[in-house]
Amino acid sequence: MSRLIRMDHTGHTTVAEWTAGDPAAVEAAVDAFRRELDRGYFGMVSTGEGHAEQVRDLPVDAELVILRLPISGG
Amino acid sequence: MTGDVQIGDSIVVAETRAGLLPELERVPWRPLTDERRLHRAELLWTGWMLAYTIPFVAVAGVLVLLQPLALPVALISLAHAWIIPELYAQRGANVVRPPRAGRGTRAEPRPSEQVAIGLLGDLVGHRARELHRRTGLALERGKLGVWLVGESGALLVRPGGRRVHCCCVRVNEPTLPPADRIAHLLLALREDERGFATVANTAFAGAPWRVRRRLPSRARAALAEAVRTARSSAQ
Repeated sequence: MSRLIRMDHTGHTTVAEWTAGDPAAVEAAVDAFRRELDRGYFGMVSTGEGHAEQVRDLPVDAELVILRLPISGG
Repeated sequence: MTGDVQIGDSIVVAETRAGLLPELERVPWRPLTDERRLHRAELLWTGWMLAYTIPFVAVAGVLVLLQPLALPVALISLAHAWIIPELYAQRGANVVRPPRAGRGTRAEPRPSEQVAIGLLGDLVGHRARELHRRTGLALERGKLGVWLVGESGALLVRPGGRRVHCCCVRVNEPTLPPADRIAHLLLALREDERGFATVANTAFAGAPWRVRRRLPSRARAALAEAVRTARSSAQ
């Protein structure tokens, strides 16, 4: 089961869950992912130890996609 | 022909941007941080500190030579030479100090913080998880050095452990639990370390011992661990 989670005031919220073999769940996850991107979040997936990558389309085969907010210099 | 070149250029730009932190678009005037720029910043900060301290020390010496009774004034001048670098180091240490609202609430983390700690724990290894539990800072090895990531900033201990850069960088969402704020910074750092260092504002760069004395007591252990790691990785 893959998960799309958003880091927010609750710690994190699971926005969508899907399996690659369930087209309806994938479509719902893709829609949810796009909505979060429109809200200003960035989609991130881990690509090995100490590495992460921004994704602009939901990687359906990823186990975990994390949504983060932009950072800025303080 | 021109169109081909433009298409080629756009492909190059697209490929380059793919690995870059998207937040860099907000600071287009800043050149991308690299080894050379970090080294130059270290030299500038050292020069800056010397430019502050040497005149005060010289004035103190000259005053005492000219008139020994001016010793109190000379001491005041020496105090300035000591205080000004300390104030800069304090400014640097403040980047990993929890925001005022989060201080004093560590004993009983809110449920949201416990959830956020769980996610952060999944992102980092066992050693970094344990260090975060003890110190509130997450250790992350990078190509530019060893990072200590806090809620509203990060310390970059350079290879060899002789210089530390205090980087002020944060996620502007005050409702996030502390561990989530760290996770945001950690993911951005992992995506593009040089971009992360570019987006951050440098509050201070200098010797770790200067910063260490100004850190909250529990954060000192994290800096010591980062310096050890930076020394061992440089060997």
